Amino acid sequence: MPTSVSEAVSMLDTSRGKALPIAGGTDLLAYWPERLDARDKTYLDLSGVDELCGHTWTDDELIMRARTTFWEIVCDQRATAEMRLLVEAARTVGAIQIQTRGTWGGNIVNASPAADGVLALMALDATLELTGVEGTEEVQLDEFYLGYKQMKRREDQLLTRIRIPRRAYTFQSFTKIGTRKAQAITKVGLAIAKSDSGWRIAANSMAPTVKRCPDLERMLEDETPIRNPTDFLPAIRADVSPIDDIRSTAAYREHVMARVLFHELAPLCPWVGAKSKSE
Amino acid sequence: MTMPADQTQIEVPFTLNGSEIVVRVEPSERLLDTLRYHLAMTGTKEGCGEGECGACTVNMNGLPVNSCLVPTYQARGAEIETIESVQHGSVHPLHSTGATQCGACTPGVVMSAMWLLKNRDKLDTHTVRELMAGNLCRCTGYDGIVNGVESALGLGSDE
Repeated sequence: MPTSVSEAVSMLDTSRGKALPIAGGTDLLAYWPERLDARDKTYLDLSGVDELCGHTWTDDELIMRARTTFWEIVCDQRATAEMRLLVEAARTVGAIQIQTRGTWGGNIVNASPAADGVLALMALDATLELTGVEGTEEVQLDEFYLGYKQMKRREDQLLTRIRIPRRAYTFQSFTKIGTRKAQAITKVGLAIAKSDSGWRIAANSMAPTVKRCPDLERMLEDETPIRNPTDFLPAIRADVSPIDDIRSTAAYREHVMARVLFHELAPLCPWVGAKSKSE
Repeated sequence: MTMPADQTQIEVPFTLNGSEIVVRVEPSERLLDTLRYHLAMTGTKEGCGEGECGACTVNMNGLPVNSCLVPTYQARGAEIETIESVQHGSVHPLHSTGATQCGACTPGVVMSAMWLLKNRDKLDTHTVRELMAGNLCRCTGYDGIVNGVESALGLGSDE
């Protein structure tokens, strides 16, 4: 089992994509009892690679190494003060037993469209560092996913670091709609952030990947008057493409997303709500 | 060295309830199965087997984890504490508030409750209910569990 990033990356390269990196195991082991093929895969264990542990704050960034757990961020008071989205997202992931094992890096490369950690990271403009035998490459998280479970990570590459810019946020909101508060997969998830870099809106469980919502962001930048939640629907339909599945329906998801946006933004934005004097 | 599951067994040293032990396991073995079937520590229960119910909760290096989601080899060098480490009698507050009926969830509930008792500072940011949310119980409706934990913490009105 590897003890350094360079060793892990060279093993990934040698295995030609057959070895699946495993960190906290909270996604991968959930399948082991029922899917024998999942047990029989070849895994590259990262639990001995200490270089991938922990997070640090620099003057202008929060740097999370890939094995940083959700619980670590939940317990970091500076994260609560500066990047509340991260803490709120982490607290909705399963429950404490999952948060202590599950990692931010694992949440990203598991590539679930319902990933709550990814949702918060995307609204905070995170950058990923992918390390391969030939060196390290940077990818913006909002450009990382190409389709359902498809991403810009080559098979020889390991996600090593996640970098989040430190900005003065005037607004951060995280909403997870699920069947119950804990231990639930998101039906509709929304992260909204506002800083001097502008509005960011990201949604999960609304498309084949967690996704930024450029049309909605533009509506907010332009201060387009919104009188009721349905005014958001055209932009929602341009930005995301929800489906009917076992957890919910596409129509429900669109309408809930519109209502969540309205509910979160109306107290903050004079141009959103019945008081809007657009006419 | 990557690890296909058909490979030979691996040795995993760890500390279990204060004693240093070494187990030989398949690379794909779960900590839950090592505890129950290799070590006959059957206090830890399997509920869902997929990280939802918390029945298999143990402490790993001082933090609660679902032992069904931990490959045993990842426990190497770790300190593992199971329900067998809990003193008889220390669960009295749970008995007295109706926190247990069928008992399937109880070992996990007790492990989470004991962790909370040792980590009271987490109540500055979390509620008892949030910290116990990883343990599903289909009998009690949770109020008995929450009341029992609050009473053990000295927060409840009933003791």
